[in-house]
Amino acid sequence: MPAKYETSVERPDTLTINMGPSHPATHGVLRVILELDGETVVKCDPVCGYLHRGMEKIAENRTYLQFIPYTDRMDYLSPLSANVGFALAVEELLGITVPPRCQAIRVMCCELARIGSHLVWLGTSALDLGAGTMFFHTFKDREWHYDLVEDLTGARLTTSFTRVGGILHDAAPDWLKRLREFVDAMPRRIDEYESLLTRNPIWLKRTQGVGRLTAQEALSYGVTGPVLRASGIAYDVRKASPYSGYENYAFEIPTGTEGDVYDRYLVRIEEMRQSVRILDQALKTIPGGPVDVDDPKIFLPPKKKVLTSMEELIHQFMIVTEGFECPPGEIYVATEVPKGELGFYIVSEGGKAPYRCRIRSSAFNNLASLATQVQGELVADVVACIGSIDPVMGEVDR
Amino acid sequence: MADGALAVDLLSRQFSDAVVETGSFREQHWAVVDPQRWLELAGFLRNDPRTAYDVLVDVTAVHWPHRTPPMEVVAHLYSHGRNDRIRLKARIPDRGPIASLTPLWDSANWNERETFDMFGIEFSGHPDLRRILMADDYTDFPLRKELPLYRG
Repeated sequence: MPAKYETSVERPDTLTINMGPSHPATHGVLRVILELDGETVVKCDPVCGYLHRGMEKIAENRTYLQFIPYTDRMDYLSPLSANVGFALAVEELLGITVPPRCQAIRVMCCELARIGSHLVWLGTSALDLGAGTMFFHTFKDREWHYDLVEDLTGARLTTSFTRVGGILHDAAPDWLKRLREFVDAMPRRIDEYESLLTRNPIWLKRTQGVGRLTAQEALSYGVTGPVLRASGIAYDVRKASPYSGYENYAFEIPTGTEGDVYDRYLVRIEEMRQSVRILDQALKTIPGGPVDVDDPKIFLPPKKKVLTSMEELIHQFMIVTEGFECPPGEIYVATEVPKGELGFYIVSEGGKAPYRCRIRSSAFNNLASLATQVQGELVADVVACIGSIDPVMGEVDR
Repeated sequence: MADGALAVDLLSRQFSDAVVETGSFREQHWAVVDPQRWLELAGFLRNDPRTAYDVLVDVTAVHWPHRTPPMEVVAHLYSHGRNDRIRLKARIPDRGPIASLTPLWDSANWNERETFDMFGIEFSGHPDLRRILMADDYTDFPLRKELPLYRG
């Protein structure tokens, strides 16, 4: 991308500087072009696309099942939530619902992913502002979360755990026991993080009143997730249009009042507590029964039957080599991922691959509000703002 | 959940000359509108208290090379007050132009830039219509159907 360092005609006294795309404080490959008057930001132009892999084009050329591994690589800090989002979208297109046990395990996946993602955000955004200790605490617990993810799915990042109509496999009783240990330990850990930052005068000075976004601005920018809630709007897809059985769990939507970096911090901290609360309920109420839909045209039959019965063998062969058929139609399905609303708009003409698969990225829309947030702020605050938006470039660029 | 049913009904009664087609699938309703009145109808849906769609969730397009007109611009709107969604579409000649929704929502800015980047659609009135994901010197529009996934 050619650099643009033109001096503006109206403001010949300003200085244009470049930040990123490879900069520790831009959380990935985000480039920001800043026009400065001294230390004050006059204009900010975020440049994205460095991680663009053409996922929407790829989706048109893959079967529905083949696209699931790509969803891992969107928000690579919480691949499980994108796995669930995509599976739900295709299930909506097919008009099927997964069994209650599968829904409960998916909720666990989503909330575990939310905690993991917020831990990275907390560690790195505090590190950006000089609070280096935080990073070591949160990354220790994030490893714990990764151990759980790995034990469940077989991978830390490339989880690909969901299937259309189910999940890869049931959660083992032993895994649920270990998740219980994590759930029981987390509230105290979160208290510990808070004791480092919430009333820390340096942290308050760096975050309060910085990067303010009014509710009106946030709505206009289509901002979702913690950034929107920090501006005072209690919108959460899990409450607004519950999916995967979220209506069965009691939890609150934390909101802020100022819409600044500090409120986003408070909202995310509280969200981790609420996620722990949901996990706790899910562990207590997880129903028994199958985890996959009983539809051999969509979901792979059990291996034991494949080896003994002709019909199941044929189904297995068809699904693996050709994929399943979706009816013609179009749906938009939104889920609440750690960064906000992730939507899949799938247009099907029938057949085994989507005709068009639009990914409505939460981070992309949130990042668009950066220019407004940093207007008139200091250069150092740009770093605080980027951290508080918590953009993941894999999802911004897709 | 019948998303958008009320608003689609209201639109087709109040703007019968501008609504080309309506439809629904799995309780999600959409309206195809006259592209000349794209901005006007989106503005109505945003400002009328009966619809009150205060958020532009997404703007994108779908390319149908064998249809005339071949391009379909798709906008998803959401109303916080009513917890309701609607899909608004307009069918336009290949590259447009179609009015930009930036006067109504800031989120139109980046989403229309991406739609331009991927399909080459001109959004008239957009303040800053340049590529956003692809490189500035890239010449194709990747999500158009005539462009293959691999160019060997």
